[in-house]
Amino acid sequence: MLHQLTVAELIDRLDRRECSSTEALDACLGQMARVEGQLHAFLSWDEADARRQSAAADAAIASGVTRAERPLLGVPIALKDVFCHQGQPCGCGSRILQGFVAPYDATVVSRLKSAGAVVFGRLNMDEFAMGSSTENSAFGPTLNPWDIQRIPGGSSGGCAAAVAANECFAALGSDTGGSIRQPAALCGIVGLKPTYGLVSRFGLVAFASSLDQVGPFTKDIRDSALLLQSIAGHDSHDSTSIPAPLPDYRKALTGESLKGVRLGLPKEYQVGGMDPEVTAAFEASLKQLTGLGAELVEVSLPHTEYAAATYYIIAPAEASANLSRFDGVRYGLRVDGSSPEEMNSRTRGAGFGPEVKRRIILGTYVLSSGYYDAFYVRAQKVRTLIRQDFLRAFEQVDAIVTPTTPTPAFRLGEKSEDPLQMYLSDIFTISCNLAGICGVSIPCGLTRSPRLPMGLQILAPPFGEATLFRVAHAYEQSTPWHRERSPLS
Amino acid sequence: MSDFDIRYVSRLARVSLTPVEEEKLGNQLGLILGYIAQLKEVDVHGVEPLAHAVPLVNVTRPDVPTGSLDPEAALRNAPARSNGLFVVPKIVE
Repeated sequence: MLHQLTVAELIDRLDRRECSSTEALDACLGQMARVEGQLHAFLSWDEADARRQSAAADAAIASGVTRAERPLLGVPIALKDVFCHQGQPCGCGSRILQGFVAPYDATVVSRLKSAGAVVFGRLNMDEFAMGSSTENSAFGPTLNPWDIQRIPGGSSGGCAAAVAANECFAALGSDTGGSIRQPAALCGIVGLKPTYGLVSRFGLVAFASSLDQVGPFTKDIRDSALLLQSIAGHDSHDSTSIPAPLPDYRKALTGESLKGVRLGLPKEYQVGGMDPEVTAAFEASLKQLTGLGAELVEVSLPHTEYAAATYYIIAPAEASANLSRFDGVRYGLRVDGSSPEEMNSRTRGAGFGPEVKRRIILGTYVLSSGYYDAFYVRAQKVRTLIRQDFLRAFEQVDAIVTPTTPTPAFRLGEKSEDPLQMYLSDIFTISCNLAGICGVSIPCGLTRSPRLPMGLQILAPPFGEATLFRVAHAYEQSTPWHRERSPLS
Repeated sequence: MSDFDIRYVSRLARVSLTPVEEEKLGNQLGLILGYIAQLKEVDVHGVEPLAHAVPLVNVTRPDVPTGSLDPEAALRNAPARSNGLFVVPKIVE
């Protein structure tokens, strides 16, 4: 079945004229018709617009446009509901953006389009990307295609569920503290968080601007490299985008041995509360990696225990500033009031859900007079220490390996009444954003009963994506996990 | 956090809360603030704060006019508009 192919396999079929982009899109829409009722990965999709794009791609293929010119020509790719896609709604899983239609394309969307992709669909997410389960979406949760009693992770849970269920060939999401890697791990696919500054954030609705980064959800690591190649690179619309030439990431997919590669094992990541099956899968991955020739080296990241506290000061602080734009004046919901302040407060009180309110209020507090130095500035200093920990570790090793999450997917409602427990489910992923490095989660096993995916996280220094691809590709070539598909695929 | 006043901070944040929300969010934020207070243990003496992890400063574009969103596109999403402007409640009596 076409929808089960990877991006690279689909491209191969398209190039050999064995299928059309229209057929590939039909396969996705057919799969959506079969499983969306159970999953709720998509918030909406514009079938007519997607069909126009597919028909245009088929015409381009017929007219002889080459793969070198348009690397993703004809490939249906879906978007987290956090990107501006001109003429389409963008809602960030929130009621406050009701009725908003994006007036322009995010840079990553225009890059996908210039690469020839068929860009369609808005994937569900925790409201404004705040959460780890998609239960904070104002439009109801997405469910995990491996077990619909469970959450798919978050905040990009719709992306992970849709790709894991073969409803689209790949998807773009955003990762502020693990929002790509954690759901990818819990749904058994590949999720990449590139280095801060590698992929433009222009047109990505901001949550925490110093932490947010865009990245792909894919069925394997080759597709991850392929998508990154198309979306990465300098953009003058984003002043934090790095003006440096892109490497050819395909060259990292050597499938060669890992002889000479040094992998760091942070001793501080052996925390309590680990699921024994996750620990066992991680240990098996380490054995696999050393079998491929890698050398394991114990490293220390001494400030790890403070990462969650640092994150839950810095991210809400930035969010409280960024989300001040939702004030009922320029777009979205408005609840009337007798003064601008009353209108603003009522609009925000009615439009934001509980988690967003919690974080805006927390962020406002840590930035308020009298608390700014004690909380915010102190957290920024601890952030420096966390970054230094990683940069020091990377003097000894090429990459660091950890489990992506301490447990497999949890049950719907299991943590939704306990925000702090929910925050701690991201314990292994948040440091990467604070330090500004890159990371990927790849499938590394399944629990016995029920069968639930687990993820291996690989972290590399700033702009070390090629290292991630090399290690992940070697691992993938020698293990079956990336070929395991969910019951709803 | 004994000095955390949910009413005061939610007003600063321009988020109106119901009494039920005040109670619930206030309690949850108390726990979260208790958790993040552990940063007080860290020795940050002589450490510079890190605002973001990108080694770029003073990024500017060439000082030449470029296109921008046309007014109609900018106003299309407005909840209330008039004469090419966004309409808000009266600010001055």
